[in-house]
Amino acid sequence: MNDTTAAWPLWEVFIRSKQGLEHKHAGSLHAVDAKQAVQMARDVYTRRMEGVSIWVVPSEAITASDPDDKAEMFGPMEDKIYRHPSFYKLPREVEHM
Amino acid sequence: MSAHLSYLLRLGDSSLVLGQRLAEWCGHGPQLEEDIAMANIGLDLIGQARMLLQHAAALEGAGRDEDRLAFFRSDREFRNFTLCELPNSGLEKGHMQSGDYAFTIIRNLLYTAYQCQLWEALQSSTDTQLAAIAAKSLKESRYHLRHAADWTVRFGDGTALSHQKAQRALDALMPYTNELFAPDAVEDALCAQGIGVASFSLYASWTSAIEAILQEATLKMPANQGPSTGFISEGKHGLHSEHLGFVLAEMQSLARQHPGATW
Repeated sequence: MNDTTAAWPLWEVFIRSKQGLEHKHAGSLHAVDAKQAVQMARDVYTRRMEGVSIWVVPSEAITASDPDDKAEMFGPMEDKIYRHPSFYKLPREVEHM
Repeated sequence: MSAHLSYLLRLGDSSLVLGQRLAEWCGHGPQLEEDIAMANIGLDLIGQARMLLQHAAALEGAGRDEDRLAFFRSDREFRNFTLCELPNSGLEKGHMQSGDYAFTIIRNLLYTAYQCQLWEALQSSTDTQLAAIAAKSLKESRYHLRHAADWTVRFGDGTALSHQKAQRALDALMPYTNELFAPDAVEDALCAQGIGVASFSLYASWTSAIEAILQEATLKMPANQGPSTGFISEGKHGLHSEHLGFVLAEMQSLARQHPGATW
């Protein structure tokens, strides 16, 4: 491999499987443009029949939460178990919900 | 050797030898993603070769299987088109030189465009096994063509250097395409039986398909005399360039050192 990689932008790849309803994040790759990114994603992420539809998004278009904000962002949810729907009595016919 | 067997070897060996050439890029591609893409294409071709050689071996009925045909025949017994055996480095350099990606891409463009036309026509072959192989391979070849066409446009309409390399590859390779379309006794016999396709009948549509891609790539169609009056290489008759021996030496050495080995 030579060092051309640096010049190629990064893309995030989302794949929808045959049974799946939504596209799921599969990984990332380098490609010069969106058209090539879809083609590369086909070869890198769907070669074992993983999917029937591909989305690619420029990685730089993604805004991520700051890891340093973890405490205030996600900490408060830890003791609010009443938000889980686990306090209902289910009829016996509805198993394993 | 029957014409039918010779015809199957022609197609099977071409896929095998080109698949082996593309496999040489594995781990040496210009980019990780592209390395995987090219290896996938090489494996598709080797898959086509397997089906065609299995069919050939069954037809021959001499107790050989596809591995026997692939790994224990010498270069004069191979029936692949010369185009498929040319080194990845191009024609000016020796076989030990590193590959020229433009040369690989343009060769794939020329050959996979041919395969698309051929598989399309062979789907109605009276040899139902061959028709089934053609139908399966067509989908693969259409993707291979798309991949090659995409890179051809990027190279041709890219930088001055990439354009120059693509044009040089095109000029060097075009004369070797004549062999794909030149009629011969094997093909004539197979056409008469409804098994084969008169490949010359594909020449006009192949040419216009290539021209359309070259135009988008701002590349010039080389002045080539074509299969009627131009140079015709003889790989499909077993008369190869000096390059095939090196391909086979590498491809066959393991199987010949460990005959019958499985893993």
